[in-house]
Amino acid sequence: MQRARSPFAIAAIAAVVALIALLAYGLSQNEPDRDIEQALAQGERKDAPDFELDRLSGGGKGSLADYRGKVVVLNFWASWCDPCRDESPLLNRWHRRLSARDRGMVLGIDVLDVSDDARDFVREYDLGYPMLRDGEGDVLSRYGVIAYPETFVIDPQGRIAATRRGPVDDRFMREQVLPLVRARA
Amino acid sequence: VRRALPILLAVLLMGLPAAATAADCPRTTVGDVEDEVMCPVCGTPLELATEAPQAVRERALIERLVADCRSKEQIKDRLATEFGDEVLALPGGDGFDLAAYLIPALAVLVGAAAVGAAAIRWRRTRADSAPERGAPAPASAERLQSDLDRYEL
Repeated sequence: MQRARSPFAIAAIAAVVALIALLAYGLSQNEPDRDIEQALAQGERKDAPDFELDRLSGGGKGSLADYRGKVVVLNFWASWCDPCRDESPLLNRWHRRLSARDRGMVLGIDVLDVSDDARDFVREYDLGYPMLRDGEGDVLSRYGVIAYPETFVIDPQGRIAATRRGPVDDRFMREQVLPLVRARA
Repeated sequence: VRRALPILLAVLLMGLPAAATAADCPRTTVGDVEDEVMCPVCGTPLELATEAPQAVRERALIERLVADCRSKEQIKDRLATEFGDEVLALPGGDGFDLAAYLIPALAVLVGAAAVGAAAIRWRRTRADSAPERGAPAPASAERLQSDLDRYEL
């Protein structure tokens, strides 16, 4: 005959199982979101998550929806990130080039940064593209950003057409951004 | 002495505002703050993140605020403005963070229940194994009586 377990043993087992489930849930929450890349790999374009953030300069708020209808090169950066320094002059040149014909633009999002340091960075590189500030990293997680810098190319319909984990270069901009701009023209 | 007196007074008067400022300045240090805040990118307390570039910038900001005579609470408020409440090394009160408060409380309850259950079980076992009280066995009674007879009380 099988011996019945005591209520205490059952409670202890339930507590251990609950703890393991909680740990698994916590780990799953910390997993980076790879949906965007998976969609691109299948030739699909996901809708870019919209957001509203404070402007880095301090003058009100800005959102992705403000730029609907244009090709947007969405760049996540921080002043403490060395590769961001390397790519900023290139992004600035491309912003001038795209915005001159009103076909596209670069939109910078400063993330997890000291705002004074970020403003110094913008002044130092004389960056002319709009800058928003995601101090708490909320937008960062919605785009699955795990390293800095990261760039998302958003088509005029507000869908993500390409990504670059790491600094962009001229070749990426020519291959991923120019076709969208030309298609829009 | 008469010549030195005005100079001495002037020196004292010049020193007074500085002394007052020093008294008003809250005495906090980078070390005192960095064990209570997080490095948001590293996901660790700032004091453990020594090399990370973001931690270096965050520490530099704290140094500037300490030099600017800000109190620990003011510095933490400024960091929360910059990086959100998650920069404070305290879990939030909702979602998964709530587990940080619930699990220790639950562990205390389970521990107390375990101690209680163990105590009840121990008392029962002890009661079961204790010898029955009452008259001793005849052999023992006989031996006890003979022992008592040997002693003159």
